[in-house]
Amino acid sequence: MSDILVSEQSAPGADGSGRPSGRLLEVDDLRVEFRTRDGVAKVINGVTYHVDAGETLAVLGESGSGKSVTAQTIMGILDTPPGFVTGGQVRFHGRDMLKMSAEERRRIRGEGIAMIFQDSLSALNPVFTVGFQVAEQFRIRRGMSRADAKKRAIEMLDQVKIPNAKGRYGNYPHQFSGGMRQRAMIAMSLALDPEVLIADEPTTALDVTVQAQIMDLLGELQRERRMGMILITHDLGVVADVADRIAVMYAGRIVEEADVYDLYAKPAHPYTLGLLDSIPRMDEKGQELRTIKGLPPNLMNIPPGCPFNPRCPMAQPVCREKVPPLLQIGRGRASACHFAEELVSRD
Amino acid sequence: MSDPSTASIVSTPRPEQPGEIGAPANAGLPESARKEKPRGLLGDAWRDLRRKPLFWISSAFIVLFVLMAAFPSLFSAGDAVNGTLANSLGKPSANAWFGYDVQGRDVYARVIYGARASVVVALLSVVGTMLVGGTMGVIAGYRGGWVDSLLSRIADVFFGLPFVLGAIVILTTFNGSGTSNSKWQIMALVIASLVVLTWPVVMRLMRSSVLATKEADYIVAARALGAGTGRIILKHLLPNCLAPLLVYGTIMVGSFIGAEATLSFLGVGLKSPVVSWGIMISEAQNYIRVAPFLLFFPAAFLVTAVLSFVMLGEAVREALDPKLR
Amino acid sequence: MGRYLLRRLLQLVPVFIGTTFMIYALVWAVPGDPFAGKCGERRCPDQYIAFMTDKYHLDQNIFVQYATYMQNLLKGDFGQTFSGRSINDIIATAYPNTLKLAVVALLIEAGIGLTAGVLTGLRRNGFLDNLVLVSTLFLIALPVFVVGFVLQWLFGVQWQLVKPTVSSEMRFSELIIPGFVLGSASMAYIARVARTSIAENRRADYVRTAIAKGLPMRRVVGVHLLRNSLIPVVTLLGTDLGALMGGAIVTEGIFQINGIGRQVYRSIVTKESATVVSIVVVLVLVYLLMNLVVDLLYAALDPRIRYE
Repeated sequence: MSDILVSEQSAPGADGSGRPSGRLLEVDDLRVEFRTRDGVAKVINGVTYHVDAGETLAVLGESGSGKSVTAQTIMGILDTPPGFVTGGQVRFHGRDMLKMSAEERRRIRGEGIAMIFQDSLSALNPVFTVGFQVAEQFRIRRGMSRADAKKRAIEMLDQVKIPNAKGRYGNYPHQFSGGMRQRAMIAMSLALDPEVLIADEPTTALDVTVQAQIMDLLGELQRERRMGMILITHDLGVVADVADRIAVMYAGRIVEEADVYDLYAKPAHPYTLGLLDSIPRMDEKGQELRTIKGLPPNLMNIPPGCPFNPRCPMAQPVCREKVPPLLQIGRGRASACHFAEELVSRD
Repeated sequence: MSDPSTASIVSTPRPEQPGEIGAPANAGLPESARKEKPRGLLGDAWRDLRRKPLFWISSAFIVLFVLMAAFPSLFSAGDAVNGTLANSLGKPSANAWFGYDVQGRDVYARVIYGARASVVVALLSVVGTMLVGGTMGVIAGYRGGWVDSLLSRIADVFFGLPFVLGAIVILTTFNGSGTSNSKWQIMALVIASLVVLTWPVVMRLMRSSVLATKEADYIVAARALGAGTGRIILKHLLPNCLAPLLVYGTIMVGSFIGAEATLSFLGVGLKSPVVSWGIMISEAQNYIRVAPFLLFFPAAFLVTAVLSFVMLGEAVREALDPKLR
Repeated sequence: MGRYLLRRLLQLVPVFIGTTFMIYALVWAVPGDPFAGKCGERRCPDQYIAFMTDKYHLDQNIFVQYATYMQNLLKGDFGQTFSGRSINDIIATAYPNTLKLAVVALLIEAGIGLTAGVLTGLRRNGFLDNLVLVSTLFLIALPVFVVGFVLQWLFGVQWQLVKPTVSSEMRFSELIIPGFVLGSASMAYIARVARTSIAENRRADYVRTAIAKGLPMRRVVGVHLLRNSLIPVVTLLGTDLGALMGGAIVTEGIFQINGIGRQVYRSIVTKESATVVSIVVVLVLVYLLMNLVVDLLYAALDPRIRYE
């Protein structure tokens, strides 16, 4: 199933302690809400995770689970209004970025933390050449001359395996194919050699064959550069090969966090179980595809107790009353289910 | 320029222009939060409109102006046409609220009676423009092909004429100083020249609406079910194109009031003894130093009337546009 | 691009012919006797009738007349007035003044309109935003002659800041008020288009990318956001230069500027038909060419658009 079974870091960030821990990037009890005309949507309700150098954390969840909003908050590109951070910290090298000046945060972007977006066509500026957009960072952030910046940009395009990088330097984004555009996007995000790379559904908009190529490229670059990578996705298939750890999000919370192997072998949350069950399998041909019943909760009106309880096949009365905290349930894994122990010990 | 062909707040987007590049502002919101209670577009628009003070203020003014045009005697007992020379350039007083003009006519009475010419000309011109431009637009959009090309080129010919210039040429030809047209003939000429010079705008608007809805699934379905061309246009296409047309028409009434005044001001439109705001402003310009009120009152009425229609159109447009909500 | 240009130029020809033919027919053919009321209040001098009839074949049908007129025009000969003055001269004296006025108007509307649009687009729903929305509504709604009179009266008569009319020297300082008046409606459009465009693009993904690249805010707004948002504004400005000249009649009249608009109006009043037709032809030509320039400009500004 996975060829990266052993991760270097195993302690989960689930203990939630506020002290600096020497970690590269930590999100700690983050809370974000969207204030709209129709009401307040609590989009992030205490998310905690971390990523260290050289490891890949996959953040998994349905659309609306808050995984992208968390990433936007880390990058400082949350749309305000309607989005407001109402609590928590985002620490980079132990320092809370939410308390930094705008200028300090700006310096971290690109150099400390960089980001790849889902839709490369709209994420690249349509009226500038791809080369210009890659070279721009060398010129503005590194103060290079035009010629030097161009040389470096072509090198970057070469590194992400864009054929004939020199010739395509002057092309506009719409002249690139989807896969090539995403490669250019990767080149752009890696230009300043960031310590953390956030990839927000980098392959969702692409063809299946191209998806694999892009994921391979990302994995390769991450290992080469020993970057920390946060891979946001809703696709369990994508994570297995690349991720070291997985954090599963539901309704703005982390519901389970575990090593890839553990999570696939023994999910400790009914939601994860449901997600795994809904992957079509070769060995169960002919069987009806299982799905999780119901819809994700309305974030303006999250049900009391465990947010997953209305859809949970195992729900008990306690699930409707008490919000289960994210608790450590073993070496390097945590779950926010009242019955996590039972789930894991079950066969 | 009070050129009604450009004075629209509704812009027809250039076809080459790519659509929205930006993501919707609420992209981060979960599906459930974005959902709204199902309501019709018109119901929604009306709910929105009801809350807008601008809508009520401009509507009230429009009702007032229409009443003024229909029953001027309700507002003023004075004589708008004949004056007493002894009162020439008399300042505003209790007898004449807005003063007297150079021929000793009551400015208040004239301003009230002036509403009729402006409102009638503007309304009829808008109806004419809608009919001509709308028909051409529907035909061009629906038939396509060479019919579309031909009609579009014809529209270009009229569109290429600067509005004031074109109106002056048309009106001096048919309404020059040598001609002796009756009051109604002059009005008809002014209306005709407004229609002739502005229908291309409506045609383009209609044409693009028809093109946009023509290929919609329900229209294709109606055609597949054997509905005739006339029926498809009447039952399916028109109701869908009506909203932008309605908005544009309202705004156009405003700009046509301004255009009529401009033409009268230039001396090629309505002429004395017809009472019109444009004529009054034109007559006032020589006395601007000694009697600025002669300019002020008709200009204020003109501006209020134009603004009322334009603002009403704006308010309706905003209410109809779900993107702005 | 070359082929596109050629096709567009060919498309212009029928439109140009249609428009000018219409004007020609209205002025010369519709009234019946081509010389009825063509020479001011008096009858036309026989000498002029003979000259014009000979030169333009006015005794033949309208199509021959028009063709002859166009032939002369293509040779650069606009004909002459009944008093024998060359119309080329009239246009040559009046045109630069109108162009100057239109350019001043364009500068003013671009400067004020853009600033207002960009500021309000970046910061919506503030005091400034509402102020701009209301004032642009006024500028769009008010007929130019009302704006002209009010400003002339305020600045020229009431406060005596400038002379109420423009001298023949056409100094820049004298043209500020008339330029503002001429460009007032377009200024409002530019402000509104810029505002909408900026506000729409502000949330665009590529702006977000630019921020995520760690570019300074100045550069994000000044390069990435503006470059995209200005495309519709620039095209609007381009179309406007043609429209401003055709629309300058009222402004030139109010401020007594000796330009093409005032000239055409005077010619209409004095029934100087040959001049009217010639000036309209020039204005239509400028307008059509400006529209073509705008189309090309559009392609140059937006690489996604390709003309085949």
